[in-house]
Amino acid sequence: MSDASLAKPARFRPATEEAPVARWAMIAAAFLGLGILVFAPLIAVFVEALARGVAASLASLATRDAQEAIKLTLTIAAISVPLNAIFGVAAAWFITKFDFRGKAFLITLIDLPFSVSPVVAGLCIVLMFGANSAIGGWLVAQGYPIVFAMPGIILATMFVTFPFVARELIPVMIEQGRAEEEAALTLGASGWRTFWTVTIPNIRWALLYGVLLCNARAMGEFGAVAVVSGKIRGQTATMPTTIEMLYQEYLSVAAFSLAAVLALLALVTLLLKTALEIRHADQLAATHRH
Amino acid sequence: MQIEIDEISKQFGTTAALHPVSLSLPSGALVALLGPSGSGKTTLLRILGGLEFPTSGRVMFDGQDATGLSVQDRRAGFVFQSYALFRHMTVFDNIAYGLNARPRASRPTKAEIARRVSKLLELIQLPDIGARYPSQLSGGQRQRVALARALAIEPRMLLLDEPFGALDAKVRKELRQGLRDIHDTTGLTTVFVTHDQEEAMELADLVVVMSMGRIEQIGKPQDIRARPATPFVREFITA
Ligand SMILES: Nc1ncnc2c1ncn2[C@@H]1O[C@H](COP(=O)(O)OP(=O)(O)OP(=O)(O)O)[C@@H](O)[C@H]1O
Ligand SMILES: [Mg+2]
Repeated sequence: MSDASLAKPARFRPATEEAPVARWAMIAAAFLGLGILVFAPLIAVFVEALARGVAASLASLATRDAQEAIKLTLTIAAISVPLNAIFGVAAAWFITKFDFRGKAFLITLIDLPFSVSPVVAGLCIVLMFGANSAIGGWLVAQGYPIVFAMPGIILATMFVTFPFVARELIPVMIEQGRAEEEAALTLGASGWRTFWTVTIPNIRWALLYGVLLCNARAMGEFGAVAVVSGKIRGQTATMPTTIEMLYQEYLSVAAFSLAAVLALLALVTLLLKTALEIRHADQLAATHRH
Repeated sequence: MQIEIDEISKQFGTTAALHPVSLSLPSGALVALLGPSGSGKTTLLRILGGLEFPTSGRVMFDGQDATGLSVQDRRAGFVFQSYALFRHMTVFDNIAYGLNARPRASRPTKAEIARRVSKLLELIQLPDIGARYPSQLSGGQRQRVALARALAIEPRMLLLDEPFGALDAKVRKELRQGLRDIHDTTGLTTVFVTHDQEEAMELADLVVVMSMGRIEQIGKPQDIRARPATPFVREFITA
């Protein structure tokens, strides 16, 4: 099609390609949307954080409350993301490799956390495990409070981020079917060996995406955590809830500095994903059939 | 290995995929399961391979009851309709998979595995493709790799589900001869599924004609041609 002797090469463009004007209009719209909705606010966060200079910003991050909030958020993510990865793989495996009644219902159930407001989810956890409930009262008596403590925050975070891994895996696993697993079994491999040598390698990219999304959301969760944590500074206040409190108190440098750290953590996650993609580009191409 | 199918039936919920069928396959035979879509060929083959369990009836290998034998213990070389090659492994690792999966005590050494894999690659006449991924192979090459992978476990029988289904006519003819040659050199009892009557008649020693979960006729190709047992068989083999 790029033959220079053709008088009007544009007439021979592929059927799926738009006219140049339409193409440029769409690209411009995409960048404009991205700029207004994503980049501008992100830059604004960093500008506000540095409004009184780097030193003031760093000093606000060095306070005990800020340090504890960062530590807590990282701990919550470090616990809830691996657990949700395991539950997500188990759920997706069960749903896609077996036939049973009520499968469609189970898939809907996995999506439930997406459709329930996080605040409502947080309230449910308070009702179930709060000091006034039967279970909660007993646990408090044993010295293991759930609400206004780390276990509650983990429960809330896990509830909100549960769908990410399973949602990412189910379509991939349905598309791949069971034939490769069956082939491994006929070749003498045990179910366990088949799972680790065939199932997991086949879903590793989807799994990675799911885990990264889950991680980003786990670190950023506000609503459910705000309800169950009680937002006790230096104890149960996470990064998002601390940011909100600082902002309400007009401590804008401190609020935006912490917000900038949260945004940077998300960017690191994204960069990690991109780096992995570039590094394994050949494998990615090879594992996609046709 | 001699295979005996004794009054096997298979029910999927309310649909009967197989009505009780009985069949005796002599050791070393090359057998075609022939029939239209939905006649129960794949179901019967999967029951032989241990991927599906019958609702009733028994399977006997060399006179021994194998009905409850697990898929791993059957040692059936199975070639799937879509080949089911491990897409994230090279051709070499695909073929070596069954040997690597053996318990440590009976697992060959690395060098021995490499030797066997290259021998199998020669057998399928693709000696130089060990380092490639399945996505980098043609359909016919994938089919032959799937066959080599099944042969690597030193199977007791060979089961193939529509082995030439997705290939063009010329490649089909070549691979047909390839399967015949491999069958003749290994001497394995081989069962393949097809809905192509010409393929069944040309390749098999014994043809089993199936329809709607029943066996319509069992016989040598020339006998089925000369004396179709039912109107269905007559119509199917002249179609
Ligand atoms: N897992 C299953 N669940 C429910 N029904 C099934 C299942 N597998 C097969 N069947 C049904 O059993 C019958 C026989 O299927 P089978 O796959 O054995 O046919 P086939 O002869 O291999 O057909 P084809 O030539 O189309 O592959 C069909 O009616 C099919 O719908
Ligand atoms: Mg079939």
